[in-house]
Amino acid sequence: MSGILVVIEQREGRIARISWEALAAGQRLASQTGSSVSAVLLGADTAALAAEVAARGGAKVFRVEHPLLAQYTPDGFCLALQQLIQNESPAYAILPHTYQVRDYAPALAARLVQVLISDVVGIGEGPIFTRQLMQGRLNGSYRHTGSGPCFVSVQAGAFRAEATDATTAAEIAVFTPAIEAAQIRTIPGQSFRGSSQTVDLGSAQLIVSVGRGIKEAENLSIVQDLAAALGAELAASRPICDNGWLPMERQVGSSGQTVAPKLYLAVGISGAIQHLVGMKASQCIVAINKDPDAPIFEVADYGIVGDLFEVVPALTEGIKSARQ
Amino acid sequence: MRIIVAIKQVPDRDAQVRIDAAGKWIEESDLQFALNESDAYALEEALQLKEKHGGEVVVLSAGPERVGQTIREALAKGADRAIHVACGDLGARDALGVARLLAAAIKPESPDLVLTGLQSEDLGFGQTGVILAELLGLPHATLILHVDVEGSDSSQARIPQARIKVKRELEEGWFQQIEMPTPAVLTIQSGGNKLRYATLMGIKRAKTKEVRQLIAAELGVDAAPVVILDRLTLPQKQKSTQILPGTPKEAAAALVEKLKFEVRVL
Repeated sequence: MSGILVVIEQREGRIARISWEALAAGQRLASQTGSSVSAVLLGADTAALAAEVAARGGAKVFRVEHPLLAQYTPDGFCLALQQLIQNESPAYAILPHTYQVRDYAPALAARLVQVLISDVVGIGEGPIFTRQLMQGRLNGSYRHTGSGPCFVSVQAGAFRAEATDATTAAEIAVFTPAIEAAQIRTIPGQSFRGSSQTVDLGSAQLIVSVGRGIKEAENLSIVQDLAAALGAELAASRPICDNGWLPMERQVGSSGQTVAPKLYLAVGISGAIQHLVGMKASQCIVAINKDPDAPIFEVADYGIVGDLFEVVPALTEGIKSARQ
Repeated sequence: MRIIVAIKQVPDRDAQVRIDAAGKWIEESDLQFALNESDAYALEEALQLKEKHGGEVVVLSAGPERVGQTIREALAKGADRAIHVACGDLGARDALGVARLLAAAIKPESPDLVLTGLQSEDLGFGQTGVILAELLGLPHATLILHVDVEGSDSSQARIPQARIKVKRELEEGWFQQIEMPTPAVLTIQSGGNKLRYATLMGIKRAKTKEVRQLIAAELGVDAAPVVILDRLTLPQKQKSTQILPGTPKEAAAALVEKLKFEVRVL
């Protein structure tokens, strides 16, 4: 058992950055363990993408191809990867921590009596895999002890994807898994957009964003006043939109919009991972929260630890006077 | 239809978590616990399906005695009965180990649907539902916001040939419909429904509902972990945050200065 397999995910015929980051994580692990990295693409026809991946170097690029892999299904992907893994016996399988991977990788690992170490943010000597717990308040160091391959999925943004230096392209190999139509139990439909998006938070320069700390829908007026005084767009973390207090299109995070404004002012947002991935590229982050240990302070430039119901009205008044 | 909802009791999200002396887990003695949020949405979806199609909702939870409190809350919201897998060493088991316990409890019930939240707020693996599907040999889908049952007949408690259509959340505001036969396992995303509160009547009734205890050690499942949590640490700050001190008024005034002269947005 040796080598590292990195699963590259494609969406609409394109490779997203998180897959290159997974490849970078695989390369990091390879340099630590002295082994080689091979990439894996799944689909009905992956020829064009395989060439793109092979150009980044590594040992091999496996084109795992079958007509039944044209559309993603957990059954199809599990069967195909299970067969490839049994053929290649890698020591590690690295995957990008996407919604798709979350949908099949835990089952694939369980089928091989393994456990996916999910949402990993760091790889240390050992190897030790670091992942976040308690909504990002703590880090946990995990170790694999099983005899089979070690499955790891990596968080978006945790590893730096470099358009690498490959001097020789990887060898491309086609792998044809045995899959019967009857083995695929779910029928996926075409993807569709939710409500028509009328709010484009992505182009906003200033954003005031509100989270669970606001407690009641009736209290939203204080952040609306702050946003108005600043001339900022109002955004929210997921729980606010789940409750129907603000429309879904104002949600920032992995399931909402990704923003990078000049100023992101987070009010009563603790900073769960799913939220941080949507806003941590902001130029300046300000956090107002009563909990000094809230993870939002790990990414904030300026912080006020205090009661938002006192701080926010005072801030609104201060901004109004400064603008006069 | 018979719906099993696997729920987890987790530290309350406002709780101050501290690493214990051994550095392997958190100090639990002074913690408040609550129902994991996406599990609450799974329970809500199950209750609404029952109201539409009849049948029963069974909640299932593994953990120490304190889990009984969260189970009673689920019964008070309208679940019909519960199964508590009594287990004092949940933290020593990995995701597969915990799913094995739940699967052993689920199998004899032959449910039409197994629902659970998409991930826990404490460990955040997001795997239990998917592993359950694998162990039970059932089709599954994750991040589900809505479930439609087709060919259902509310006069029947069980619907052997029912198919379901589910709405799955994809990234960045996209969705997808997925169709599959039952029995099936679904992990539920938050926000698909409005959560209900327990009524006074519900709380009273919950006291008389059946909570069956199963003992983890007697379920005959392998507890040896493949993946081990070695150590807990505090995360390193990614940025050096400048905390603005003082009273709310002073801090707000200091922030206005920063916004004006440093960030230059005023």
